Amino acid sequence: MAGFVRHRRSKRVIANFSGFEADLLRSLAAQLIELLHNESAVAKTAVDPFEALLDFSGPTTEPDDPVLARLFPNAYREDADASGEFRRFTEGTLRDGKARAAGTVIDVLEEAGLPPEPTDEEIVIDVELDQETAEIWMRALNDLRLALGTRLEVDEGDEDRWDALSEDDPRAQAHHIYEWLGYLQETLVHAVAG
Amino acid sequence: MDPGVEQDLVPDDLTMTDTPWVTVVWNDPVNLMSYVTFVFQKHFGYSKKKAEKLMMEVHEDGKSVVSSGSREEMERDVQAMHEYGLWATLDKSE
Repeated sequence: MAGFVRHRRSKRVIANFSGFEADLLRSLAAQLIELLHNESAVAKTAVDPFEALLDFSGPTTEPDDPVLARLFPNAYREDADASGEFRRFTEGTLRDGKARAAGTVIDVLEEAGLPPEPTDEEIVIDVELDQETAEIWMRALNDLRLALGTRLEVDEGDEDRWDALSEDDPRAQAHHIYEWLGYLQETLVHAVAG
Repeated sequence: MDPGVEQDLVPDDLTMTDTPWVTVVWNDPVNLMSYVTFVFQKHFGYSKKKAEKLMMEVHEDGKSVVSSGSREEMERDVQAMHEYGLWATLDKSE
């Protein structure tokens, strides 16, 4: 695929994906949504089920999962209490926003004709985004790259590490996907920002 | 300018520092330079030149102060940065 480009006449941002690519993107977005909903955003101290129902506040401690910790970092570097307060008021909203953005990616792909289980290898998914949706995709692609990059522990200038891996290594395959997402996001930013 | 509050009513010690808090964006190995520049333009309304300068500071110095203001304003900026996936914190201005 050629990444995202801006269509000159309609001003929309367009890309086409193979069925395999679109299905991969959908599955990554679905995994992110699951992760965002998985580790509870509710304060861990509420052990009583009834108390938990009445506890509308968000979490106050940093998530255990490294991906979630990267997506929702502490807002104050040297003030755990202030970070906890900030988290309580923001993390739920941030989680919902990120899950919605990933959901938009899935919706757009399915509205563009991605079937539940693509079997036809020749299928092409044409995606056309208006400005607002393009920016949502940008954020979602960034979140997916943060998730995968954190899992892979990517670092600046670590190309040799990935080149040294055998092609059969699952980390090498995951890193190819990470780079592909980066290419998608890069072309999308340029298509939107001009 | 909003003339809503008479100047005399604001105690001197509250006006000593206009921008006591700052939003700091930190370098990380994942975020694309083009995307970070786009976010600075989009959220703060900065020119491309200023956004690129701040992005380069993040990239080369490891961090950059991208905005300053009241604590409440900075918490809003930090939340927005987290929404975009940038690694941001707020701190007292030095």
